[in-house]
Amino acid sequence: MSAAGSPALPAERPRAGVSATLAHARAVIAGNPVTGFAFALLLGLVACATVGPSLVPYDPLASDTAVALQAPTLAHPFGTDQLGRDILSRVVVAARLDLAIAVFSVALVFVAGGLAGIMAGFFGGWTDRIVGRLADTIMAFPLFVLAMGIVAALGNTVGNIVLATAIINFPLYARLARAEAAQRRNAGFVMAARLTGNTDLRIVLTAILPNILPIMMVQMSLTMGYAILNAAGLSFIGLGVRPPTPEWGIMVAEGAGFIVSGEWWIALFPGLALMLAVFCFNLIGDGLRDIVDPQRRT
Amino acid sequence: MTALPLLAIRDLTVEFATRRGTVQAVRQVDVSIAKGETVGIVGESGSGKSVTSYAVMRILDRAGRIAGGEVGFSGIDLRAATERQMRDLRGREISMIFQNPRAALNPIRKVGHQIEDVLRQHAEAGSGDAKAKAIAALEQVKIARPEERYHAYPFELSGGMCQRVVIALALACRPQLLIADEPTTGLDVTTQKAVMDLVTGLTRERGMATVLITHDLGLAATYCDRIVVMEQGRVVETAPAATIFRAPAHAYTRRLMQATPRPGATLRDLLPEGAPAAAPERARGAGAPLLAVSGLVKDYPKAKSLLSRKAAAPFRAVDSLSFTVARGESVGLVGESGCGKSTTSTMVMRLLDPTEGSIVFSGEEIGRVPAARFARHPLRPKIQMVFQDPTESLNPRWTAARAIADPLLRFRTVQGGEAIRARCEELARLVGLPVDLLDRFPHQLSGGQKARVGIARAIAPSPDLVILDEPTAALDVSVQAVVLNLLADLKQALGMSYLFVSHDLQVVRLLCDRVIVMRAGGIVEEGPTAEVLEAPKAEYTRALLAAIPRPPV
Amino acid sequence: MLRTLLDRLATTLPALAGVVVVSFLLTRVLPGDTAAYFAGPAATPQAIAQIRTELGLDRPLPEQFARYVADLARGDLGRSLTTGQPVTVDLGARLPASAELTLVGLALALLVAVPLGVAAALRQGSLVDHACRIVATAGVSLPVFFTGLLLVYAFYFVLGWAPAPLGRLDAFASPPPTRTGFFLLDSLMAGDIETFRAALAQIALPGLTLAIFALAPIARITRAAMLAVLAADFVRTARAAGLSRRRVVVTYALRNAMLPVVTTLGMVFSFLLGANVLVEKVFAWPGVGSYAVEALIASDFAPVQGFVLAMALLYTVLNLAIDLAYGLIDPRVREAA
Repeated sequence: MSAAGSPALPAERPRAGVSATLAHARAVIAGNPVTGFAFALLLGLVACATVGPSLVPYDPLASDTAVALQAPTLAHPFGTDQLGRDILSRVVVAARLDLAIAVFSVALVFVAGGLAGIMAGFFGGWTDRIVGRLADTIMAFPLFVLAMGIVAALGNTVGNIVLATAIINFPLYARLARAEAAQRRNAGFVMAARLTGNTDLRIVLTAILPNILPIMMVQMSLTMGYAILNAAGLSFIGLGVRPPTPEWGIMVAEGAGFIVSGEWWIALFPGLALMLAVFCFNLIGDGLRDIVDPQRRT
Repeated sequence: MTALPLLAIRDLTVEFATRRGTVQAVRQVDVSIAKGETVGIVGESGSGKSVTSYAVMRILDRAGRIAGGEVGFSGIDLRAATERQMRDLRGREISMIFQNPRAALNPIRKVGHQIEDVLRQHAEAGSGDAKAKAIAALEQVKIARPEERYHAYPFELSGGMCQRVVIALALACRPQLLIADEPTTGLDVTTQKAVMDLVTGLTRERGMATVLITHDLGLAATYCDRIVVMEQGRVVETAPAATIFRAPAHAYTRRLMQATPRPGATLRDLLPEGAPAAAPERARGAGAPLLAVSGLVKDYPKAKSLLSRKAAAPFRAVDSLSFTVARGESVGLVGESGCGKSTTSTMVMRLLDPTEGSIVFSGEEIGRVPAARFARHPLRPKIQMVFQDPTESLNPRWTAARAIADPLLRFRTVQGGEAIRARCEELARLVGLPVDLLDRFPHQLSGGQKARVGIARAIAPSPDLVILDEPTAALDVSVQAVVLNLLADLKQALGMSYLFVSHDLQVVRLLCDRVIVMRAGGIVEEGPTAEVLEAPKAEYTRALLAAIPRPPV
Repeated sequence: MLRTLLDRLATTLPALAGVVVVSFLLTRVLPGDTAAYFAGPAATPQAIAQIRTELGLDRPLPEQFARYVADLARGDLGRSLTTGQPVTVDLGARLPASAELTLVGLALALLVAVPLGVAAALRQGSLVDHACRIVATAGVSLPVFFTGLLLVYAFYFVLGWAPAPLGRLDAFASPPPTRTGFFLLDSLMAGDIETFRAALAQIALPGLTLAIFALAPIARITRAAMLAVLAADFVRTARAAGLSRRRVVVTYALRNAMLPVVTTLGMVFSFLLGANVLVEKVFAWPGVGSYAVEALIASDFAPVQGFVLAMALLYTVLNLAIDLAYGLIDPRVREAA
């Protein structure tokens, strides 16, 4: 590789690394078909969330008492609920809301928790104490119970579900980012960056953040599943999303009463959708960990 | 030797299954050890020396397997032995001690109980006399107050003490063969001597055979009867310890022997023949010193318990230290772990604020500038550092070129992409890094190459003072020889001063004009290197020197 | 040991203070008019004004906080509008039901997960290992209320093995005399096998639901901890000393591997106490969780906040217990205190 006549800064040639990472990712997926399956599942979920509402056969809100409580048929592959609404349509349409709640809450906590944690780990001192105290206080509550309390207090809206889910995940992100940043604070390459006159902000941006990002991405994937479960759990006990909005947690709650009388399909299909979504994010999280894990990287 | 050897390894091949297919870590190795003999197996990292011993003990991890050859131990075929037979042999007939003694002991079990476990396993003791025998075993490894130490947990003991416990555990059942795998790596030199003297004393006294596995040819030659040299899984030479330094037969042994710092050898002597001669010594700048440290103190407050509010007296890591470094001079800062040498260098580097004292650099007081603000100080480019671990000192996300360019970009010494690239290539040539490696990431470079990148980065802003923090401690001895020579050449070429922080007097001797011996945060002795090393005045310096292994040359 | 206990207690004080502050804030940030919420949907403006004065909502915030803390110290968490009882009394009456369910779930989970995790680590790559990984991933992916419903459908509706998911005892059985408040223990103490079996039949499905939920994190961490410990230097020393496999695995590896498992129990309790709410709703279990859910539906906020605070206090105590248990296993922590 001759650099003669190449005006590019050294910083602008990380291509070797990116393509190596891609090749490694490909090798991991090839070596672990489960991760490939999970990515396919994710594509399906995203398709449901984006174009699903315009593809479904029925209006998810339209009730038709004539066909109420029908077991799965060709016309209604997932059956109908007590109001005769098509469960398949409702399950598909619900993907958008459930995924949106998860994505927004995880994005929120990723930024807030990640930043707070990096500051705490990198600067230590009072920053560390404040962030640590905040995380400890949140952790002092059973997390789902705290989410209940927050949504109950702030009001029964989707926005508050997002906020509550972000808050209860805050300690996880803050602690992870803190540990990773603190571990690198006195690493040779960070000391070297200080010696070469880098400011703290620049060190965080060039030396800390890029090295922490992969492990934070794994965390994101794993908490996506948890965020979905949490939001569905809150809806199940009547917090947050209100009927008749199609949402997996509410739909399971609506079907719960019919389980004892044998109408299993009302709760089963939204429950399965929920489970698959969470399963998918957990598998991807595990797969990403394999890609990121330096021990498996050669 | 007419008698049957105690341990006979013939044609041993060990394979590891990795993601890239099968790798042969040990290839057709022949080693035999007679009763009562001490044999050193010497090699650099990746030579297969440890794997050989694990294969003998049959404690290879899951991925490894013995692919061929024979291992015989006093007539028993160890390859064919059942796991139960092996278990009876391990600890009773063949014992092993390891590197990193603290990790080698169960952290949550009393050391006395751990010794008892072995005694009972091999029916050397019953429930009645186990405790007494365990205490006796501790006594034999010269642990003071063994009754008390019996109840200690590993974390309550020092590294050297833990190694004694590991030795006690290994020798408790009076085995015939002891395999010591890097038993003193990571220990201070005085502790190393104590541990090695203990091991050789005990094994000679009991007529045991010993295998010492080490990377340190000097150590092996000092303590062993015979040396087996391994390179890349093969045995390249077997020779009596007394003659191996004098007449190494194999080219690799010659290189290894030559690269080992030893009394009487100069820096150039470490390199293979045919290396260019050293540049002539530059005239050392007279007048005001480049660096003058006086009355330097660093206190670390002790953590307070929540209940007891009274503050404990702070721990004083550095205690009113004063020294100078002249322009163009290299000064060695030597001491064992915990002596405060690294704290001192970190303060001089202005990454840590001193509690008291002054640091005058180039005639300017910089000790009062808070470390947090020194990044923007005009003198920042003038003090640079080469770090101990070359891997850890490079940002994994940056190419070599980006790492070297960082000081150039920050200090704006060179402007423009092309000029920076040109300067990077110039620096790379200066430190002997092939220019085509500049676009590689750290994990694509070898240890020696990474060390060169670290050195290039340090000299990029044309510093006046470079602090070398054990720059070769993580490197193999042959790479160490090259890097030390490179550092010496760069100093001559660029006229820098060095503050060389090290635990290894042999290495300091090669590179430094003056040496400062530290202990417990203070200076024990200082003076010209030759003077301190040949006629030490302080008792402690004499002890340090006496602890250096002296192979028969 | 007393020193250790006191030291640990001291370290929980900041967490307790945080809990009190957060629960105070939660009572004050109610959207709209807090007094209106506490007065209930049917209250007149006069009643609301009266409640505002009663609650001290017209006072400055620090004073309100002082009153809140004083009330807490007296065990006063307000009154439930639905039951008309003080919240403390309601919670006290329902806590044993929740505690019994949680402990049964945890015990079942530990009994299965720890041996599974150990076996998986000992035979890495074997069938057991794959089973463990499937359980670990599937377990965290199953919404706990969905598992409960599936179990009800299978064991009650289809197989008919389990009784109707309606509380701790069926309508015909009478609860045993109260000693511990745990029906399983109380019935045994009273020698009433009939009631014991009835209580056991009722708790089996909800307990199993919680166990399936808690299984995953425990199995996962046990496997990981075991693998890490088996690769540790001291296990190699033990093997090189010829110790028997049993001794190496149990005394050397397992005891060390239990340290991260005990630490994870804190997280598991956090999950369990949350999952409890959902499981209680599915099985109409008369515990504190379903009490809070009923209050939520009725917009009756004092019980919800009392529940959140009580769970936080309980969780703090559990964490304290876990810390102490950790100290019993690990001498390093014991000495450091």
